[in-house]
Amino acid sequence: MPGSTDRENRLGRLCRAAARTLPALGTAVTVMTAEGVQPVAVASDPRTQALEEQQFSFGEGPCVDAFAERRPVLEPDLGSDRPLRWSAYTPAALGEGVQAVFAFPLQIGAARLGVLDVYRAAPGVLSATALRQALTFAEIALRILLDGQEGATTDRPVEGLESAVESRSALFQAQGMVMIQLGVSLTEAMSRLRAHAYAHDRSLGDVARDVVARKLELERDRT
Amino acid sequence: MPTVSAQRLAEVFVEMADTLVDEFDVIEFLQLVSVRTAELLDAGAVGVLLADEHGDLQFMAASDEAAKLLELFEAQHREGPCLDAFLSGTTVFAPDIVADSERWPLFSQRAIEAGFGSVHAVPMRLRGDVIGALNLFGRRTGELDGGDVRIVQALVDVATIGLLQERAIRRGEVLTEQLQGALNSRVVIEQAKGALAQLRRVSVDEAFALMRGYARSNGRRLSDVAQAVVSDDRSGVAALTGE
Repeated sequence: MPGSTDRENRLGRLCRAAARTLPALGTAVTVMTAEGVQPVAVASDPRTQALEEQQFSFGEGPCVDAFAERRPVLEPDLGSDRPLRWSAYTPAALGEGVQAVFAFPLQIGAARLGVLDVYRAAPGVLSATALRQALTFAEIALRILLDGQEGATTDRPVEGLESAVESRSALFQAQGMVMIQLGVSLTEAMSRLRAHAYAHDRSLGDVARDVVARKLELERDRT
Repeated sequence: MPTVSAQRLAEVFVEMADTLVDEFDVIEFLQLVSVRTAELLDAGAVGVLLADEHGDLQFMAASDEAAKLLELFEAQHREGPCLDAFLSGTTVFAPDIVADSERWPLFSQRAIEAGFGSVHAVPMRLRGDVIGALNLFGRRTGELDGGDVRIVQALVDVATIGLLQERAIRRGEVLTEQLQGALNSRVVIEQAKGALAQLRRVSVDEAFALMRGYARSNGRRLSDVAQAVVSDDRSGVAALTGE
């Protein structure tokens, strides 16, 4: 994908910033590409990257579960977790000095793009503040991935993601409609909505509302 | 509002407990709570909102999911009784929306347009935290009497506990996992409404009714049906999507 190096650079910076802020031993973002294709991991440092990638060969781990279950997987004490939740991954993580791991899916509903993993050297739960920060880093990572999609405008974010939209339900309904109309993925449908709003200097919420009211149908070609 | 018989109340609680089996659907459960609360208290509409990680209230389920009502629930992430109940942690009563319209000018206008006379909001509390609110709209103006308040409170408590029941309460992390998962399930349902509306050339309200009917008659979870509708391979729900 063109621009993927730039995307990986941005994700790398995000991982290092997250590791410093939370703080954490290391953080990683795993980008899920097409089904059956090996995911790509970007991390704050090489050791975290290696540990993150081991999940793909083991086929198990917090990242794998968070992606499958579509919700965070928070494991504050790997060492005392019995029975082992991950029979191969947990010993490997402990061997690398990781005692706690927290995985956050990067997703909008059924559109899943990846997972943010946070590794800590000491056992213990994330404080309310750290949890909020981790979820915010996950949201930024999601935005970086959305900006890297086909048909997206990379030069300027349209709005502060979905949270800025007055009617979220209309936005997600529009996303589903555009997916069918254009025969694209859900992820790309969101990118198309954002690109249309940007190109026509309108708010994302207004564009979504018009799509749901069937006053607007996005063109099949890139806007 | 009518007096609720103890018999009927007991039946509702048993029904809710029966819903809390393994792998139950959080959205369907909150919908059941909303529908039963509306029936028991003869309310015009009931909805449940939960706070996301930013402390913004997000719509989760309602006794009636008409687009117009959804807007009324969603508008309260800016102002309204649910936001006040969530922020203060106390029940908010507005027995006469018109008389109270200065409190929430935009919300009140929408509520009046939607034909409501009164509105109440009850915070959902879990340990020390407020995690959301239940919203009750009345067609006419009027207070909730003491008995009704206690019933609503009991239903809200059940709804809150239900959020944690999917897996055993290991520790606090489960709440975050659960809430985040529930918030995302709601997004999937909206995406599926849009996709199905487009596939079947119907309104999003009709699309939701079709999805719910299909889930019920096939004994499947609403969230799973919604997931199937927006997946790449829709062959499992071809009877629903008409493909």
